[in-house]
Amino acid sequence: MCVACANLIALAQPQVLRHAVDDLYRGVTAEKLGRYALILFGIALGAGLFRFAMRKTLIAISRRLEYDLRNELFAHLQRLPVGWFQHRRTGELMSVATNDLAAVRMMLGPGVMYTVNTLTVGIVSIAFMLAISPRLTFWSLLPLPLVSVSVWYFGDRIHRRFEQVQEQFAGLSAFVQENLAGLRVVRAFANERHEIARFGTLNERYRDQNLDLIRTSGVFQPMLALFSGLGALIVIWVGGREVMTERITLGQFVAFTVYLAMLNWPMVALGWVINLFQRGSASFRRIADLLDTEPSIDSPSRPVRPERSAGELEFRGVTFTYPGADAPALRDVSFRVAAGRTVALVGRTGSGKSTVLALLPRLFDPAPGTVFLDGRDVRELDLGWLRGQLAIVPQDPFLFSATIRENIAYGVPEEASHAVQRVAEVARLDDDIRGFPDGYATRVGERGITLSGGQRQRTAIARALLRDAPVLLLDDCLSSVDTATEDAILHGLREEMRRRTTLIVAHRVSTVREADEILVFDTGAIVERGTHVDLLARGGAYAALHRAQQLEEEIAAS
Amino acid sequence: MNAAEHDEDLGRPYDHQLMRRLARYLRPYRGQVVLAGVITLAEAAIQLCFPYLLKEAIDLGIRHHDIEVLDRIALTYLAALVAAFGLGYLQSQILQRVGQGLMRDLRADLFAHLQRLPVAWFDKNPIGRVMTRVTNDVDQLNEMFTAGIDALFGDLFMLIGIVFAMSQLDVELLAVTFSVLPLIVLVTLLFRSRVRRAFRDVRTRLARLNAFLNENLSGMSTVQVLGRESRNFAQFDALDAEHRDAHLRVNNYHAIFFPALEWVSAIALSLIVWYGGRQVMWEGITLGILVAFIQYTQRFFRPISDLSEKYGILQQAMAASERLFALLDTPVDPASVDLTRPAPPALMRSGGMRIEFDGVWFAYEEPHWVLEDLSFVVEPGEKVALVGATGSGKTTLTSLVLRFHEPQRGVIRVDGRPLAEWDVEQLRRRVGLVLQDVFLFSGTVASNISLDDASIPRERVESATREVHADGFLARLPGGLDAPVLERGATLSAGQKQLVSFARALARDPDLLILDEATSSIDTHTERDIQQALQRLMRDRTSLVIAHRLSTIADVDRILVLHHGRLRESGTHPDLLSARGLYWRLHQLQVLGGRLALPGAPDPPATGAPA
Repeated sequence: MCVACANLIALAQPQVLRHAVDDLYRGVTAEKLGRYALILFGIALGAGLFRFAMRKTLIAISRRLEYDLRNELFAHLQRLPVGWFQHRRTGELMSVATNDLAAVRMMLGPGVMYTVNTLTVGIVSIAFMLAISPRLTFWSLLPLPLVSVSVWYFGDRIHRRFEQVQEQFAGLSAFVQENLAGLRVVRAFANERHEIARFGTLNERYRDQNLDLIRTSGVFQPMLALFSGLGALIVIWVGGREVMTERITLGQFVAFTVYLAMLNWPMVALGWVINLFQRGSASFRRIADLLDTEPSIDSPSRPVRPERSAGELEFRGVTFTYPGADAPALRDVSFRVAAGRTVALVGRTGSGKSTVLALLPRLFDPAPGTVFLDGRDVRELDLGWLRGQLAIVPQDPFLFSATIRENIAYGVPEEASHAVQRVAEVARLDDDIRGFPDGYATRVGERGITLSGGQRQRTAIARALLRDAPVLLLDDCLSSVDTATEDAILHGLREEMRRRTTLIVAHRVSTVREADEILVFDTGAIVERGTHVDLLARGGAYAALHRAQQLEEEIAAS
Repeated sequence: MNAAEHDEDLGRPYDHQLMRRLARYLRPYRGQVVLAGVITLAEAAIQLCFPYLLKEAIDLGIRHHDIEVLDRIALTYLAALVAAFGLGYLQSQILQRVGQGLMRDLRADLFAHLQRLPVAWFDKNPIGRVMTRVTNDVDQLNEMFTAGIDALFGDLFMLIGIVFAMSQLDVELLAVTFSVLPLIVLVTLLFRSRVRRAFRDVRTRLARLNAFLNENLSGMSTVQVLGRESRNFAQFDALDAEHRDAHLRVNNYHAIFFPALEWVSAIALSLIVWYGGRQVMWEGITLGILVAFIQYTQRFFRPISDLSEKYGILQQAMAASERLFALLDTPVDPASVDLTRPAPPALMRSGGMRIEFDGVWFAYEEPHWVLEDLSFVVEPGEKVALVGATGSGKTTLTSLVLRFHEPQRGVIRVDGRPLAEWDVEQLRRRVGLVLQDVFLFSGTVASNISLDDASIPRERVESATREVHADGFLARLPGGLDAPVLERGATLSAGQKQLVSFARALARDPDLLILDEATSSIDTHTERDIQQALQRLMRDRTSLVIAHRLSTIADVDRILVLHHGRLRESGTHPDLLSARGLYWRLHQLQVLGGRLALPGAPDPPATGAPA
């Protein structure tokens, strides 16, 4: 509406000019001229107001839509399961959330604005031109079909070449990425010169593809200028004769040239707008695809949401294969943990211990009727509630670029964060933190880069303890901590573990020896189970591990 | 502390030193740049003709009813149109050509520079961020170049030309028209400082928004496990809203600025009609001049409204070039390949290499010593195994031989000469490295063995695969040696990748073989193949083996036992076993470790030095 009004008002300008010129030709008074000048200014004022309103509404709407869409995207991504993210690169998702979103915004904002603009300016100026002289309008618009044809012809070609350029660019990027990832091999084999030569070839080809694109796209703008110039030429040539033969007045002639000049820009904008819509719709498809991805792990339609869990766990004949994997990660695993008990999981890397811990919070979904909390299938529980009952310390904890206090309190509501220091003490982190320049307010950098591996693990332990959940899941969370610190942490943890059901994955016998039951895993199955004393007496895999670690301690001490 | 913050920096719109460096890149193209400038000028001049021709048509043709003159002017108009078309095309071609050439040169320099940066630098700079430098930042520079030249030559000269043309037509009317000029300056100045601040807000907020998004995508499982979704959404919402509001503020300024410019232009137009009209009545100027004036005025305002947009581009590009040059200024590894000189001739095969460590101390980060006062000699042709618990410094030791890092104290000598005196390229070409985690490049099996080194003929590649018994599995692959290898060798098994990397080392027939033996994920069948290949690989050369397999250890001439960065024991397998020392215990541990998990690594330094 605003666009149309702005344009309608602006298009009245040439009409005033026409009268002014005609009057000038015939003779006019100074007041009349002054009046014309005032009218012209008034028109501009009105048109400007509407254009102001147009930008304020249309562009602002597109920004609000962008905001809504981005929020929706983020909310949706948060609901997608962990397995889904493992098959996608973060860079790809970021590109959807930035580039694609920007393209959609450009389509909805400037795209729509300029389309309306082009249409109204086009229709109204042609209408005015027709009113002045249909014949002259016909002649002056003769180049118009040429414009459409060239937009169509070149638009298609440019698009294809652009895709080639993009493809070549992707190849170039992939090459650099690989070179950097394989840096040590390149250096060790002194292969830099070859790599540089190969990069040179790709670089050269990318430039050539670009030049190819430019050869075509470069013709576009000058050509549109040429066509609109041809229109102006026809007006001068044909219109001039019309004035001479007094079919139209000189004022009408001048008004005509101004209308034609006003048509120039919409013609040029046309190609640009078409481009915006092409890109925008392709991007929108990608966003829609993402939003249409149903989260495969979600709360059931009628979720069970009891009060606080007692913390009784059970695995009943669980066989689990990761999506896309050939062999199962868990084979027929059954065990039960009574509330408040501690069960330890040991076994070599890849034997399925971490998978057990991943199935409980449904990071990956177990088969229905196999994994239970308090005797209820985890798949029937409210997902948020389920995860709220678990405090998990992952093997490789993820810290956020915030303060250490915020990182510890990451999993609890703000009002529950007063105990940060207490849990930090239990995790033997308090002393470290006091040594930091800003104490608990020290920022830990991206992914906690300023902390050591052990400090990161202890932060994750503190974070889990603060959750005060009935079930504690510890996934090899002391691997980056030296033995002395480990003992100290374990000492503090035991107190906490007594009040909770605990599943603990560990490598060191010292960590697990006091567990109520120890499960030894091998290639996805439980091969031994029992208490520390039972298992040592049996003289199997666990006993071997125990012996190995005694040796290790001897070595370390030597 | 937050490395992403560094990307938020906004450059000044103009920086003299940066410009000088950029100009250096332009030097090879200066002829073309001058040509493009001249063409831009010519094109601007022709553009200026059109209103003038219209004026001539009105005054000389139409008003005098002279058809001949009208035809002549129309023809001239046509000629000018065609010329403008040709020149416009030419100008854009030359400019873009130069811009593309410039980007190619810059990218080539960047890539070559990356090949020479210290290995340790890459531990602190994630590949993703480095990639952004080589790709996006270079692109932004190009945009500045093409848009910048266009603005500088095109718009500026157009503005000057319009003023000149108008002054030729009627100085008095020009003065009247340009009485609005202070208004333009005022509007632009008011707008510019405000919109600059608003744009800065937009960019910092976008960077913050994206950093938050990126972090949450990477840490999604933590977010979900801790049930932070709703709170993180609220945070994201706040960031998103801030970003939106910054944009809305920019939009508000735009919404005022563009109509305000139009008003100023309308004032100019009104002035022309009012004042110029009176002049026409008094026969001071012609009607044609009046019309031409109107057109000139319209052309005058268009470039001005473009300027704010170009200013933004300029600012972004300056920030980008600052980051680019900062990367190019990062000091290279003194031990990197000297690219200014041609490749040194390959040294003759000597049948072995003498390696001497003389009191070597090394730390990735002092004072966390990884190697302490290490001294030993490996004679040419000797097979030596390095043994020790994880974190004892074995891999670090081999990195030092390759000069990936420099020791803080002590000297490493190769064939009697200190490492620093060797040409690093000649040295490394005598070394064959086999890493535990085999890195394959996308390409073919053959290209992964030769690494596209033209001095390694196809026959050598073939014979190398035969000698390490890789020909068996290659025969089963479609295409054999030319079977495609995907990124990181995703289609090959771990054992197959290991065999390819053996062939890669053997094809160079190195004097020194450095072997970081793989431990896990190899099935027994492949294991036998690999053991045989290993024996073949170690023949007739000095070998340094980081041993994990007992079978390898039993076969070497000497075993060095590293513990906490110190050399603790040295001798043959039977000697060391009978000594019942550290080696004996490690050996026992490995026997047990073959059945269960190996112990974890101790605390590494915080910056993540490679193991």
